[in-house]
Amino acid sequence: MAQLSSTLLYIAFILYLIGTFFFGGAIRDKRKERTGKNRWSQLGITTAIIGFLSQLGYFITRWIAAGHAPVSNLFEFTTFFGMMLVAAFIIIYFIYKISILGLFALPVALLVIAYASMFPREITPLIPALQSDWLQIHVTTAATGEAILAVSFVAGLIYLIRVVDQSKPSKRTFWLEVVMFCLITTLGFVLVSTSFGLADYEAKFTWIDKNKQQAEVVYDMPALVGPHEGKLTKESAGRFEPLVYMPAIINAKKLNTVIWSLIGGIVLYVLFRLVLRKRIAAALQPLVKNVNLDLTDEISYRAVAIGFPVFTLGALIFAMIWAQIAWTRFWGWDPKEVWALITWLFYAAFLHLRLSKGWHGEKSAWLAVIGFAIIMFNLVAVNLVIAGLHSYAGT
Amino acid sequence: MIECECGHKNPIGTELCESCGKPFHEETEQKLLDMRYEGVARRSKTYQTTIIDKIWNFFSSVKVGIWIIVLTLIASAIGTILPQEMYIPPNVYPAQYYKEQYGVVGYIFYTLGFHNLYGSWWYMLLLASMGLSLIIASLDRVVPLYRALKKQSVTRHTSFLKRQRIFGISRVPNPHETIKQVEQKLKEKHYQIRKENGNILAEKGRFSRWGPYVNHLGLVIVLIGAMLRFFPGMYVDEVLWIRDGETEAIPGTDRKYYLKSERFILETYDQDDKKFQEIIKKVGNGIPKNYQTDAILYENKNVGIAGAEPKLVKLKQQSIKVNHPLKFDGFALYQTSYKLNEFHKMYFKLEEKETGKTFGEIEVDLLNPKSTYNLGNGYKVEILEYFPDFEFGDKGPTTKSKIPNNPAFVFKMYTPKTKDGEISFVAIRQNLEPFGENKFKMTFTKLDVRNVTALTVRKDRTLGVIAFGGLIFMIGLVQGMYWNHRRIWVQIVGNEIWMAAHTNKNWYGLKKEIDYVIKDTDLTKPQDQKEHKGEVA
Repeated sequence: MAQLSSTLLYIAFILYLIGTFFFGGAIRDKRKERTGKNRWSQLGITTAIIGFLSQLGYFITRWIAAGHAPVSNLFEFTTFFGMMLVAAFIIIYFIYKISILGLFALPVALLVIAYASMFPREITPLIPALQSDWLQIHVTTAATGEAILAVSFVAGLIYLIRVVDQSKPSKRTFWLEVVMFCLITTLGFVLVSTSFGLADYEAKFTWIDKNKQQAEVVYDMPALVGPHEGKLTKESAGRFEPLVYMPAIINAKKLNTVIWSLIGGIVLYVLFRLVLRKRIAAALQPLVKNVNLDLTDEISYRAVAIGFPVFTLGALIFAMIWAQIAWTRFWGWDPKEVWALITWLFYAAFLHLRLSKGWHGEKSAWLAVIGFAIIMFNLVAVNLVIAGLHSYAGT
Repeated sequence: MIECECGHKNPIGTELCESCGKPFHEETEQKLLDMRYEGVARRSKTYQTTIIDKIWNFFSSVKVGIWIIVLTLIASAIGTILPQEMYIPPNVYPAQYYKEQYGVVGYIFYTLGFHNLYGSWWYMLLLASMGLSLIIASLDRVVPLYRALKKQSVTRHTSFLKRQRIFGISRVPNPHETIKQVEQKLKEKHYQIRKENGNILAEKGRFSRWGPYVNHLGLVIVLIGAMLRFFPGMYVDEVLWIRDGETEAIPGTDRKYYLKSERFILETYDQDDKKFQEIIKKVGNGIPKNYQTDAILYENKNVGIAGAEPKLVKLKQQSIKVNHPLKFDGFALYQTSYKLNEFHKMYFKLEEKETGKTFGEIEVDLLNPKSTYNLGNGYKVEILEYFPDFEFGDKGPTTKSKIPNNPAFVFKMYTPKTKDGEISFVAIRQNLEPFGENKFKMTFTKLDVRNVTALTVRKDRTLGVIAFGGLIFMIGLVQGMYWNHRRIWVQIVGNEIWMAAHTNKNWYGLKKEIDYVIKDTDLTKPQDQKEHKGEVA
């Protein structure tokens, strides 16, 4: 069952990839004949739906195999988030019938799922705190809310690529490139992790932790930065020697991964720039030149309007109910709780700026991008860096 | 009062006539009307002199509200850079801890008081001003808005119609017939129709306009609920440690309730569990599966009677587990911590060293040792001194705490052969004879251990208020976000039909509905004047 589950996820991944190309075809096609439906986008959406069903199959079979909802660790949560992103895209597609959304939403979902797969994928048993029906209720609702909000990011990104003037460098072109670079760095992380994973790279260090105790750590990438007073163990003799060693309070292994991802991201980005001979966003601009800006803006806003209540329900209200049951208090200023509050406050500000201050169009699109950055920060950094009660990510 | 040409009397400060919508301030530059809050007269825009006006105006501003939100957001984020005081280990000095663990950053964090950020006066002030802003900004808008939407008439001033975002003029052969068709179509789309002199006002989803005010009310209730915690009797947060088999008064209940722990159980996932084999192989055994206290709850019938022994009556028997608290009388007991294998009883035999013969066994309850153990036939053991948590300090042997982590004893053994008694010092793996060679010794035979459970005792009478506020908030949010307030005006002006439409959001949906409504009629499609104007070649 577990094997079947992995296979279904793999199939879904491939289908999303194929779907992206179909949507790409749909855009090219539209330049010639501007009629609403075309065969390419029909193929694209069909592929996306089959992919979604396959991923749903992964979810169900994994649930059966584990005996609990597969949303209990970083891998499971993040893949579920990717799945809901595709679901939200499919729904929005049927409301607005815009192929360009698929060309951007599916790659983002692909990145999310690929990123998820870099974390331990074993089926983990539930610790007592997680043994509750609120696990699936809270986590799935929160992830769904975040996924709908992510659609707002996708629409905002399309808006910005279309509207930012690429003829001369400016603050806007710079920040848009930063967004592109972040997406590419995620790809960099996936590629670097996969490569070293395939090569079975392993280097074991002994080091001295902040309580002055000797500890062991296993790197799965060559150690550019080593742990505090780290020494390669005998079995790892001959492995790459770190260039510098970190003080004890810094988690050198994670920092090392971040550095490698950045290197991967920079190499990819530079390669892209060399091949394209212009900014990434400028290279993407022709794809979106037929986009209806008002409609894109409306999709971005609509996604927030739909996603915000779902997010509130899942990430705050259900979270508080469960926290009262499992942790004895509905609110405890745990970092993850605080970041859910921050996300909520941010989208509240977004809605007020839009409704009362008239921040439409480009301003609103930038806000959608920042909102997504906050969600990603909560998913990535708060789990991996700011450890709290929620940090089920472990290593 | 401003009287409009339609005869309606509007409050001072009104931008658009509440009844016919005629704009009072003609601004030629702006083509489209600002339809926000229907152009009503808001207190904040009308009265701006006294100090009360100024405070009112400050907090009624959405701009100020947004600043409060953003400041709260930034402050909250700062608090997560390092752990808050409540998450650092107990029994350490925060000042020292932050500096030692996080260096300069930690020192600054602590000095600025960020280690207790969410309880700081200025964070409270931010939340309080958010509450004030929610109340004032809502009142400033909801009352006049309600008035305007109630007073609106069907027939609108032409300059009102012309300056709506969606507007169109059609020349039709038979206006009355066309209006009839349109009315039918609007009804199919569930619009409420009001008619006047052959003109139509079709409206739906007006209740969604109250969504923001309902959700703001919900938030205010939540904030009030959070404030209630500071009133005495609303909130109890205690910890109760109970050893297996013991009964303790539950703190916070004034000795009205007692709890017995029959046993504490810790279970881990089985290595042979097929499902989880892979991960157990990787991280090792010992992934916890269950923390459980088998408990019995008693009520003390003698509560309040001075000096009386508690008279316990069993109320409830339950296994308290994580996610399954024991609830009673507004209290809840949660499984939060434990200690395994605390020393309970130690057993020693009195032994003659030379022959190895033993003369009975003593059982020492480590929390409550007796001073003398009589073994009969002239054999007797006294405990001269007892150190539950033994340590050899500067001034000789002492005890670190009252918890028997490392028990040590000074025994005095009396036998028919040694009538004056012999003294020996016994600790774990130690047996000293400070006053010369003894004939007898205390031989350790066995140790009884038991588990200790820690339960959090919680009473929170603010929960109901907060849950109610949360519910109201969700209702308001859904009401405001998932429905739209749409209005379509269809009017006969001369021999033309004028059509205008407004929605508070989702213009795409409104346009699709209009397409449906004018289909198969003689009406031409109204234009989105915003899109038209903004379109680039």
